[in-house]
Amino acid sequence: MTTSQNAAPSKPQADPAQEAAFKRELVQLIPHLRAFARTLAGDAASADDLAQDAMLKAWDARASYQMGTNMKAWTFMILRNQFYSEKRRSWRQTQLDQEAAERTLVAVDDPQAPIALDELRLGLAMLPAEQREALVLVGAGGFAYEEAAEICGCAVGTVKSRVSRARKALAVVLEGGDYDRDGRPAGDAMRAILADAERVSTVR
Amino acid sequence: MIEQTYMGQRRRPDPSLDEARLRQQAIGVKLRQMFDQVVNEPVPDEFLDILKRADEKRADRD
Repeated sequence: MTTSQNAAPSKPQADPAQEAAFKRELVQLIPHLRAFARTLAGDAASADDLAQDAMLKAWDARASYQMGTNMKAWTFMILRNQFYSEKRRSWRQTQLDQEAAERTLVAVDDPQAPIALDELRLGLAMLPAEQREALVLVGAGGFAYEEAAEICGCAVGTVKSRVSRARKALAVVLEGGDYDRDGRPAGDAMRAILADAERVSTVR
Repeated sequence: MIEQTYMGQRRRPDPSLDEARLRQQAIGVKLRQMFDQVVNEPVPDEFLDILKRADEKRADRD
């Protein structure tokens, strides 16, 4: 078996070199899968479960992956499908979605995490799931609208409008202090974010 | 295109628009920071163990 071109399309042959390359690439994507899972799942532990399931699914489906195409988008799509198919199985989880999202996004293991980041997490948790997901993919995951559309299985225009609505809503939430946090004056979060963003962008 | 002409004529058309853009940029920076924070966490060994086991299972079958 020298070239994969000779393989019958219906029965892909496992090329050890290609499999090794696939595995290397998959391993490099683990941190990103974890980060994406963290924005979907109820808490850090179930996010890791989700990321592990997605990683295994991707590994099992490696024969159907075309080397050279966007593996990150491909694995994110697997992870997302996994998340929603699991969710569909459990009505209870669906009910708890909002609550769970707030818990996760708030539950950072780093007590030193700057306030602004906490507020952003809370703000994100308040967005409808499809807006949050679109914003995370485009705004943080580094995906183009077209790629995000493919991952979410919707039209490019839909992703664009979701991202735009998410951005507006997030700004309103952060400026208005319209989140559940006791005693903090409105607008504080936005000020902190602005100050912090300035600091971060000079570092980068 | 209309926007381009507009921007060309007046670099800073409306302070509140400018501020809104600044805020959006700031939110974008934070969003990436939040995501990158998890990306930069060390990957739990479990992940690599699971993948290794899956790979070995395949090797056994061959």
